[in-house]
Amino acid sequence: MELLTILILSILVNNFVLYYFLGICPFLGVSKKLDSAVSMGLAVTFVMTITAVVSWLINHLILIPNDLSYLQIVSFILVIASLVQLVEMFIRKISPPLYQALGIYLPLITTNCAIMGLALLAALKNYNFITTVVFGFGSGIGFTLAIVLMAGIREQLELADVPEPLKGAGIALIVAGIMALAFTGFSGMIQ
Amino acid sequence: MPAKSIGQEYMKGLWAENPVFRQLLGMCPTLAVTNAVINGIAMGLATSFVLILSSLVVASIKKLIPNQVRIASYIVIIATFVTIADRFMAAFFPPISKALGPYVPLIVVNCIILGRQEAFASKNSVGRSLVDAMGMSTGFILALLLLSSIRELLGAGTFLGYQVLGEWFKPWIIMILPAGAFITLGILLGLALLIEMKTQMRRA
Repeated sequence: MELLTILILSILVNNFVLYYFLGICPFLGVSKKLDSAVSMGLAVTFVMTITAVVSWLINHLILIPNDLSYLQIVSFILVIASLVQLVEMFIRKISPPLYQALGIYLPLITTNCAIMGLALLAALKNYNFITTVVFGFGSGIGFTLAIVLMAGIREQLELADVPEPLKGAGIALIVAGIMALAFTGFSGMIQ
Repeated sequence: MPAKSIGQEYMKGLWAENPVFRQLLGMCPTLAVTNAVINGIAMGLATSFVLILSSLVVASIKKLIPNQVRIASYIVIIATFVTIADRFMAAFFPPISKALGPYVPLIVVNCIILGRQEAFASKNSVGRSLVDAMGMSTGFILALLLLSSIRELLGAGTFLGYQVLGEWFKPWIIMILPAGAFITLGILLGLALLIEMKTQMRRA
């Protein structure tokens, strides 16, 4: 039950993009086409789940027992950067079609603040192992949901008559604002 | 391209290459911490601290860093200064550190900082990099200040915690919520582009 709450919380209520403002760069940059948004979402979900596992292990098996919590920032960022490289090499070897689909998006994820944010938030909330994994997976699904919805709206926006200065990032942010407002409606779900 | 004077190097961060309004970098902290002016200022100062010191270090040791591992080296340098900023704030300003939560450690993935190392500090002298970092920091602080002033004023009727608007004013709760951040920044981006288009038309 508690796990289900965490899952719903991380997908809808505390959506990574629309509540924590993490991963705004890919959210604005890769949301012009629906199919690339889906690939980006899947790649992020994949890396987020693995990051949740690895960052929990590092934090609880190495940093906390040795009283080194102040090294969290340095160690998380290094681990995430090398992790993305590893995942990329691994997918290329194991499943070339999946690599074709995710290919260009994987390296971009290194600089995605959502991944680093996930590691830090999970450490801050002091979740246990299983909860952290569910939190990572749910946050990834939440990111996918937001970016896919956004891509759907932006494909329609192409046809709309947007004032010249608002074209591009401006109108995308305003649309995101309206989406965030809609997502606020979910906050009454869990108390 | 003719070499810029030191003054121009500084001024470009304020408008022509403003990190938030013109380059669309560092959007996450810009949106997340601007619900109150004090948070915006704290975030701006912490980011400036990291940006200026990282630029100084990168510019002075750029000849020692092998090209293949430069990004990783920049990240380690940046992460070191972020840790210093994070610990300092937690020790001396606990309430602000609590309010900013994970966003202080997240300065490490702020694209403004890595972007300036890659685009500027790794190619220019120490002095120029310092001026460039100071200009970009000022531009970032100004953007945060503008956004957080609008949001706090309309969302709570206060400025830096002091009541500014009178009893008649009903706070617009939406401005404090995430939705207000997106919409305000969207409109500000549009306005910035409009001003730029108008000045360019006048010049032409």
